[in-house]
Amino acid sequence: MAEKLMKFSEAVKKYDPVIGLETHVELCTNTKLFCPAHVEFGGEPNTQLTPVSLGLPGSLPVVNATAVDFAIKLGLALHGKINEWSQVARKNYFYPDMPRDYQISQYDKPTNGEGYLDVELDDGSIFRVPIERAHIEDDAGKNTHVGGADGRIEGADHSLCDYNRAGVPLIEIVTKPITGVGARASEIAGAYMRTLRDIVKALGISHARMEQGNMRADVNVSLRPTPDDPLGTRSETKNVNSFRGIEKTVTYEIRRQAAILDEGGEILQETRHWDEASQTTAGGRLKTDADDYRYFPDPDLVMLHITPEHIERIKAQMPEMPRERRNRLQTEWGLTDDAMRDIVNAGALDLIEDTVKAGATAQGARKWWLGEISRAANEQEKSLDDMPITPADVAQVEKLIADGKLNDKLAKKTVLGVLAGEGTPAEVVKKHGYEVVQDTGALEAEVDKALAANPDIVEKLKSGNMKPMGAIIGAVMKATRGQADAKAVSGLVMKKIKG
Amino acid sequence: MEHLADLSRIALTDEEITRMQGELNVIADAIDEVQKVATDDVQPTANPIPLEAYLRPDVPEKPLTQEEALSGGPVTDQGMFVAPQILGE
Amino acid sequence: MSTTNNELVKLTASQMAEKIRSKEVSSRELTQAELDVIDAAEPQLHAFLHVSADEALAQADAFDKKLAAGETDGMPELAGVPIAIKDMIVTKGIPTTAASKILEGWVPPYDATVIEKIKAAGMPILGKTNLDEFAQGSSTEHSAFGNTYNPWDKQRVPGGSGGGSAAAVSSYEAPLALGTDTGGSIRQPASFTGSVGVKPTYGGVSRYGAIAMASSLDQIGPCARTVLDAALLHEVIGGNDRRDSTSIPEPMPPVVAAAREGLKRDLKGVRVGLIKEISGNGEGFQPGVAKRFDEAVKLLESMGATVTEVSLPHLSYSLGAYYIIMPSEVSSNLARYDGMRYGLRVMPPADVPQTAANMMAYTREAGFGDEVKRRIILGTYALSAGYYDAWYGSAQKVRTLVIEDFAKAFEQVDVLASPTAPTTAFKFGEKTDDPLAMYLGDVTTIPANLAGVPAISVPCGVDDETHMPVGFQFFAPQKRDDAMYKPAAALEAALEETWGGNILTKMATPWLAD
Repeated sequence: MAEKLMKFSEAVKKYDPVIGLETHVELCTNTKLFCPAHVEFGGEPNTQLTPVSLGLPGSLPVVNATAVDFAIKLGLALHGKINEWSQVARKNYFYPDMPRDYQISQYDKPTNGEGYLDVELDDGSIFRVPIERAHIEDDAGKNTHVGGADGRIEGADHSLCDYNRAGVPLIEIVTKPITGVGARASEIAGAYMRTLRDIVKALGISHARMEQGNMRADVNVSLRPTPDDPLGTRSETKNVNSFRGIEKTVTYEIRRQAAILDEGGEILQETRHWDEASQTTAGGRLKTDADDYRYFPDPDLVMLHITPEHIERIKAQMPEMPRERRNRLQTEWGLTDDAMRDIVNAGALDLIEDTVKAGATAQGARKWWLGEISRAANEQEKSLDDMPITPADVAQVEKLIADGKLNDKLAKKTVLGVLAGEGTPAEVVKKHGYEVVQDTGALEAEVDKALAANPDIVEKLKSGNMKPMGAIIGAVMKATRGQADAKAVSGLVMKKIKG
Repeated sequence: MEHLADLSRIALTDEEITRMQGELNVIADAIDEVQKVATDDVQPTANPIPLEAYLRPDVPEKPLTQEEALSGGPVTDQGMFVAPQILGE
Repeated sequence: MSTTNNELVKLTASQMAEKIRSKEVSSRELTQAELDVIDAAEPQLHAFLHVSADEALAQADAFDKKLAAGETDGMPELAGVPIAIKDMIVTKGIPTTAASKILEGWVPPYDATVIEKIKAAGMPILGKTNLDEFAQGSSTEHSAFGNTYNPWDKQRVPGGSGGGSAAAVSSYEAPLALGTDTGGSIRQPASFTGSVGVKPTYGGVSRYGAIAMASSLDQIGPCARTVLDAALLHEVIGGNDRRDSTSIPEPMPPVVAAAREGLKRDLKGVRVGLIKEISGNGEGFQPGVAKRFDEAVKLLESMGATVTEVSLPHLSYSLGAYYIIMPSEVSSNLARYDGMRYGLRVMPPADVPQTAANMMAYTREAGFGDEVKRRIILGTYALSAGYYDAWYGSAQKVRTLVIEDFAKAFEQVDVLASPTAPTTAFKFGEKTDDPLAMYLGDVTTIPANLAGVPAISVPCGVDDETHMPVGFQFFAPQKRDDAMYKPAAALEAALEETWGGNILTKMATPWLAD
């Protein structure tokens, strides 16, 4: 049954939306949060376990030092308070993928306290997202559902449980209610997630691949008549794992809730799920007292002590943050705000930086990555990172142009050749014999032929009308199958008519 | 009582529920007295020995083999533990 | 004349170790002698849930080979002496059940840290001893696999939860055993069977591989027939373990040296405080227990100790705090027994949906006994929303007060003392129908667990009416386990002189054939 929706523009006119995001980030430590089992994506089922992560009787958790370092790094990046003393607590509930039937998490004494994240929006303005807290916790195993349609849990006959993922460290970052978002609610949610992704990647604390589930968010949305009213009842859409999904969830929930409120209805406090196929959120479970998790301090673990010296040590290891880096590169490359934003939005920042490092000019690098390569990537629905061309390849092409060995047209053909998997730029050039005609004698002969065939143009050129120059160059290009250097051709023409 | 049994995941019989209800009341009365001295100025103690967490170096150690991991499983298949259907019909 | 098997098994562990070192007897001969006693005694006592004879003999042979090759340098004094293990401690390749149907048949793929240490010490493991299911009980009547009988009187319980380890040690089935003590599970059975039992400082012995009952109270400790033997075993199993976050990083105190010092029976300068609230003349205390306790106190004075009475005012709240904290932790620790990864699985009856949740609920209903279920439900209640602050929160505060009481008392005295238990061993069925009465029996032992302080129980005589042994308990400050070994060993030595030998010589041993 399709739910009633209000037009978005009308919804945000009538109501003040408030959003909140709880983001789970999987940390890229070598071992699990509480035991020395190696963490690896993939791998045979149930082979990355110690007695601890399998929840065997008698086993005990011991905190991974690197996970704590990562929490400190994140805290510093989010301008957050890092609590000197924090406590690990058990969250009790039964589920087949939970080896101990409780999750080891943090409750009233998390490692990270309040902070904020400044998020840049499409128009270049900055929106400050307030952070409530961040805490460490361990992940559960993975169930594969058998006997139902498409491996779904609904209608499955049974499930197969692989506990490899159980115990992998997560950091959960919880925002405060984000107010004042208005019609930009979904944009802000998306921008927040992208910024957070960039930060955890820059910090090197997570692979931050949404599609592999390294990052996923619970999206809270509520509406109230005006910003002066108390917060409305919120819905919580669980485990949304794409940026677009998060944006669409916010939009959808605002429209859905507005329609309900408009008819005098009541919003249920419930957990929902984003369904990519139907582009809607579906109602899940009502919050009930079954959510009584009976948190209490884990008696197998003692207080975590993060000393000021420890924080100082981590501070010294902090890499440049994405926004500082962007500002620096923008200045170095001499780009406008718009040009820089295009690069960032295309996900080309790292690639262009690497291309520049490999010897290309910023302008040249940007031209290729946002031009030919982006076009090809869009066609193939791939990200730039996944295209079969490296920053070194692009820099090589740029060098060939600078050396006068390739003209623009040949360069483009070369890049397309690399993208088609024909090898390095040098190999493509060699294979197809792409080379600018260097022999001035041969070129001069072709110019003479073209001028002789177009006496009317020669007249115009002689009278100072340079417009038809292109026609001559075109003719020469055609004759040389594109391998002439246009600049050289026009130089020769000028010499002839003046001569 | 039913709620507690559900939270504890134990399919108690009616007879057990009745009996335990009575026993719990008696025990509850006996231990209620702790509230008398637990005033606001007293800090709670979770662990009798004051310690701070030892932080383990992030270095992998030999894991259990798949055979060892599965050795206790009541029902296993394809290297995994089998759970009955998670959602009801 | 060679030593007979009966003479051999009646030696103390330290004497056995000496005979092994001097090659008078091999570890195999000793191990076989113990296995013979086990064979003979088990039909009457049922102290063991599993006897690992083949493994024990193989371990004994391996040690004997090492000894012959002169490769035993640096091994502990007890090297080669066999031991029994409470079935609450995980042993690789040897079934481990916690005396529960829910774990029946489970063979662990790993060893507890203490088992690694026992193996490294060349001590053959005779088998796994009986207990109350998941160590929850004070009589071993709550074992899913049958009662253990008190070697002194088979009408009576051996105490609990570690009744199996205490019965095995006092009946000469094993010279030593390991126990776990959450609220008295080592000390009370020691008191009931005329043996010695020690609960070390919390964190003094690694809990890695001890099946958790209540993590903030559980502690592994030695069961023995003498104070020195207990100290020797304490030294084998103790020390920091990086796999247990609650393990104390500092080195272990010198417990063996302290026990040896005590055997000199000089207690000049030792200040003993009798805990007013639990020292014997109050309600629920058996007169015969108080009598033996008072006599022992006089003996301590006669050896030069200064004895005073000390009050720990919050002790009366400790039982309540214990019966909140313990079940709360139990409810969470025992959640993992859900029919998924190990142990029992029971599918729901046909008229109930065959879901994972129902499978778990029916598995736990069938797999856990009454006492365990009662504690899980109680703990779930204590932690549930709306009750946490009043119950769990309050109990944690009482814990602070009890710790402070002990700390203050230890400013005045070196050790504290009380009877180990208010009564001697009771008869089967006497308390099973009344959980509260059973819980009240723990009033003397629980404070040490709440406060994390070490405590030891030594026999101090036999009650004139029940003709059952009485235990004397010393408490020492946290991390000062050595402080209690000295007066305990002195008291034992003084008493043995009056008895003309170990208290167990007063016990009939019909299972030891001549």
